[in-house]
Amino acid sequence: MAPTDQTSNSGDGPVVRHGADDSAVPADVRHAGRQAWMSVLARSPVDRVAQRWQAFTDQEGAQEYVRLRAPETGLVMVRGRAGGDGAAFNLGEVTMTRCSVRLADGTVGHGYVAGRSHRHAELAAVVDGLMQTLAAPRLREQVIGPLADALAGQRRVEAEKTAATRVDFFTMVREQEQ
Amino acid sequence: MYVAVKGGEKAIDNAHRLLAEARRGDPETPELTLDQIREQLGLAVDRVMGEGSVYDADLAALAIKQACGDLVEAIFLLRAFRATLPRLAESQPLDTARMTIRRRISATFKDLPGGQVLGPTFDYTHRLLDFDLARPAEAPPGSAQDHGQAPDQPSPKDESMPRVTDLLADQDLIEREVPGDPHGPVADLTREPLAFPAGRDLRLQNLARGDEGFLLALGYSSQRGYGRTHPFAGEIRMGEVAVEIVPEELGFPIVIGEITVTECQMVNQFAGSATVPPRFTRGYGLVFGASERKAMAMALVDRSLRARELGEDIVAPAQDEEFVLYHSDNVEAQGFVQHLKLPHYVDFQGELVLVRGLREEALARRKGAAE
Repeated sequence: MAPTDQTSNSGDGPVVRHGADDSAVPADVRHAGRQAWMSVLARSPVDRVAQRWQAFTDQEGAQEYVRLRAPETGLVMVRGRAGGDGAAFNLGEVTMTRCSVRLADGTVGHGYVAGRSHRHAELAAVVDGLMQTLAAPRLREQVIGPLADALAGQRRVEAEKTAATRVDFFTMVREQEQ
Repeated sequence: MYVAVKGGEKAIDNAHRLLAEARRGDPETPELTLDQIREQLGLAVDRVMGEGSVYDADLAALAIKQACGDLVEAIFLLRAFRATLPRLAESQPLDTARMTIRRRISATFKDLPGGQVLGPTFDYTHRLLDFDLARPAEAPPGSAQDHGQAPDQPSPKDESMPRVTDLLADQDLIEREVPGDPHGPVADLTREPLAFPAGRDLRLQNLARGDEGFLLALGYSSQRGYGRTHPFAGEIRMGEVAVEIVPEELGFPIVIGEITVTECQMVNQFAGSATVPPRFTRGYGLVFGASERKAMAMALVDRSLRARELGEDIVAPAQDEEFVLYHSDNVEAQGFVQHLKLPHYVDFQGELVLVRGLREEALARRKGAAE
């Protein structure tokens, strides 16, 4: 399978070559690709991730891995900032499930997803692992890309509905001021 | 004082069976599903997540079903479940400037950059009961765009949207927030009990999970003259923000999901001093879900509680941090109020003996005086 056009709008940011010596690259750039696909995996509903994964394994065969850390559900304390940009405070917690796996070639993948779905966290971990290997272009085409497109489509629809409620208020001149 | 009692197991079991029956209601009526609660009673779910202080819509829907729609009971259930889960991480502070906006209004500027969008709101409805909703709809309601686009509407921007308070701060007309120490500790009342004087971080956490009704009444009292703060709703926005954590094994921030929040920036009366010219002050509200009334009440009370810091006289309940912070939590409040229902037999026997003795003394005195 030919590598996909990696500059396409699949929401996965700059390309990161696994194993390349990228220590001179600033951290935010170096990790941008991985951050993007982890974000897509976390924000997509578990059913959709499972469906894309199924399609991928139907074509590529089952993928071998071992669980380094079995799926575990806990809480993340969500922080806000006073006034939106001031000092941090604790707003409340959100449930989160995490999982770590090691692929047959030794690559480690991590899944961190809001909610309590063990399946979601495990799938996210496996895909995160594979995205660091030579399988990345095929995963991008069959899993990450379609998931990112679905999220973007959903956002577009919401944005259009919201835009239809844009309002312009007019100030009435009071009688005594006329 | 409460002294433990024994017995009653059979009656208690039967009472709980009866509760299950009451919860189910008429078996001829289809049973509620969690999806129905989550999708169609979303604002109840949001309140339970906010005051239960756990963002998980499915858990909140379950709590509401189990509590037969009693939201304070549902909040209690969610808080109890929370105690069984480990804390895995603290998030990076939410960046509400990068919110995917679903509603954004300002009562102070009509033409603010980025514009105003009403979003799904009860505002401007006539509050007339809609009897069409009394029977199931044959078709889903038409989408918003079916009724035409609002005039002049570039779609809401995805990138950062400036805050009204930033526009005022650029002209030095409002105080700026003091950025905290990014590595400093953040007060957490789930870990340490309340301590006074409370920092703003502790106060905001307390208010964010505080009872909506209590905060609403306090905010209202400040508007009616019990510690006036002359508020304007500078900006209210509601939408989705990404939650990011920095896992140790990665060392860089990753998104774990998005949550819906409502934020209120209250712009309040001026304060100034010999060295600082007058400028507006601020109150802040941030809550889980679409909970605008709560966010506004929180912002009013946050501003009132800044009285000490701003050198104002503390004359009203909304300004008294011990009063507010000790009584805002509805799980604690309902527990203490409702414990009065538990058998107080021994305690009350003591009171009976005492009141009988006092009566005898009083009667004897009256008899002696009459003779």
